[in-house]
Amino acid sequence: MRKILLIGNPNVGKSVFFSRLTGVHVISSNYPGTTVEYTKGYTLIGQEKVEVIDVPGTYTLTPTCKAEEVACQMMAEGDVLINIVDATNLERNLYLTIELMEKKVPIIVALNFSDEAEHKGIKIDVQALSKWLAVPVVPTVAVTGQGFAMLTAEIFRTRARAVRQHSLVERWEDVGKLISRVQQIEQRRHTLVEWLQDLTIRPLTGLPMALVVAFLAFAVVRFIGEGLIHYLFEPFFANFYTPLVMQMSKLLGGWGFLHHILIGNLIDGQVDYFQSFGLLTTGIFIPLGAVAPYIFSFYLVLGVLEDSGYLPRLAILLDTFLHRIGLHGFAIVPTILGFGCNVPGIMATRILESRRERFIASTLISIGVPCSALQVMIIGVLGRYGAWPLLTVYLSLFISWLVIGFVLNQALPGFSPELLLEIPPYRLPPLKIIYIKLKYRIKSFLFEALPIVLVGVGLVNLLYYFGLFNFVANLAAPVVASLWGLPKETVLPIVIGFLRKDVAVGMLLPLQLTIKQLIVASVVLSMFFPCIATFVVLLRELGAKETAKATAIMIFAALLAGGLLNFFL
Amino acid sequence: MKKEVSLVNLADGESATVIAFEACHGGSSRLEAMGIRIGKKIKKLGGMFLRGPITIEIGQTRLGIGHGLAAKVIVEPDQ
Repeated sequence: MRKILLIGNPNVGKSVFFSRLTGVHVISSNYPGTTVEYTKGYTLIGQEKVEVIDVPGTYTLTPTCKAEEVACQMMAEGDVLINIVDATNLERNLYLTIELMEKKVPIIVALNFSDEAEHKGIKIDVQALSKWLAVPVVPTVAVTGQGFAMLTAEIFRTRARAVRQHSLVERWEDVGKLISRVQQIEQRRHTLVEWLQDLTIRPLTGLPMALVVAFLAFAVVRFIGEGLIHYLFEPFFANFYTPLVMQMSKLLGGWGFLHHILIGNLIDGQVDYFQSFGLLTTGIFIPLGAVAPYIFSFYLVLGVLEDSGYLPRLAILLDTFLHRIGLHGFAIVPTILGFGCNVPGIMATRILESRRERFIASTLISIGVPCSALQVMIIGVLGRYGAWPLLTVYLSLFISWLVIGFVLNQALPGFSPELLLEIPPYRLPPLKIIYIKLKYRIKSFLFEALPIVLVGVGLVNLLYYFGLFNFVANLAAPVVASLWGLPKETVLPIVIGFLRKDVAVGMLLPLQLTIKQLIVASVVLSMFFPCIATFVVLLRELGAKETAKATAIMIFAALLAGGLLNFFL
Repeated sequence: MKKEVSLVNLADGESATVIAFEACHGGSSRLEAMGIRIGKKIKKLGGMFLRGPITIEIGQTRLGIGHGLAAKVIVEPDQ
């Protein structure tokens, strides 16, 4: 099967292009470096089935970060390259085009964002460009699909050209000559959007605006999440699911092994979704009833933020601050993703240039950035006691994040690279992309989280049922009791935290802990050990040795933070 | 007489031409890949306080450049 590679600078719309060509939906956003790994899909060109590969964006074929390395390795595999070029940024994009031509692979150039270029007063002579490069050039708008019919028609007609190897200077000279021939720019006056662009990156106006954005994002996530629970999920569970489960409980006779595993303990003769701990009660409720509404609202808001183009501006604003902990501003993007789920957050650290930065960022995400499932459960458990206990948990995590980052920056050899980041224009988030992205992320939550939650709950039940649990509890009791001031029963949630942290926090409820104990347990659970999914990703991204190092830091930090909280609260 | 300053010391809103990169490990190739090359016209949009990044406009693109890197880009302000 022939392979088509989509190659281009970061943030030129390759992923939207890919989705449009293959129908396979991948995450796309308005910041450079959304795709850090390649994705494969298939499409029909005429009668022929071909493989299409979405390659991470790169500025040159001399890679400067992990994501770009992936791109350069992929190069050799393509039968045809679609070089996607940002028409609003022709000059810089053409450098890669010329570099690609030297590889003597058939190329077709897609001039993407051609509508935006026109709007900005940039006129490109497509025919002249195509003639000079001697390859087909097709203006496209990936979001709407404009130009795609022509592109697919041309795709296998393009041939490789014999272009000699150029030096860096020669390539730029060629780009310069080419630009002067094919591109004309009309100067236009500043639009309202451009004015806003300036305001959001100036410190005096930008920082207060960042606070407003953060507050609004938080408020909207909460509003939508609570709304969903109140109007959709609660009525569903109360009117439909609970009677069903109670029926089942009766059928099973109200006790016995199966009842214990499936339904769990009835509290006053009723199902209590937080305390019953059966597969069909708590096992279903935690992911679907408690966490899913907030996964929906979090990723909806994140999607809008990502596609608007705001995140790179936030990176500029926070650069100075993040340098103190060995990172640069762009590390805020993986961190924010980590608040949804640590797995994509750690994957996204590939946009950072050095191994050192990626180690620091991944470790900090695992320790101090609670994922949305964990947060929902912590809020569920602690929220009833007012704002202070919650604030204490968040503050403890934030301080740990800060202190560990600071220490790592001092202790690790090397330095943090400087920020160099393209700031994309603000764009109105395309509804279709937001929708596709949301669907993709919710689906991966359901398919990846739900099974592990069920395994976790099932395991807990088995341990209880066969009385193995006391054995485990007694083993670790000294640390748990003397250092953290927690009853020995909390050992089990801590162990289960390795599977799923939301389930682990849910297990705290039946233990009748004091507020202080709940705070300590929540912090310890968040920091102690990554959940299994995060651990696997850490292993893959950092390797065994650094994962062991990161894990040791986590355990030590959790011991210390839990101990300090126990001592001072 | 020609005036040479680094990007850091260029005034906000001022246009200039890039004339040199001070020796830096790998920094200049990253800059060049982003289109910042000797002879290019740029415009400084602003800088963050506390040695934060400098933002510039080059052609149709806006870039954020870390303070340390920006200090190594030498420009000549336009008259």
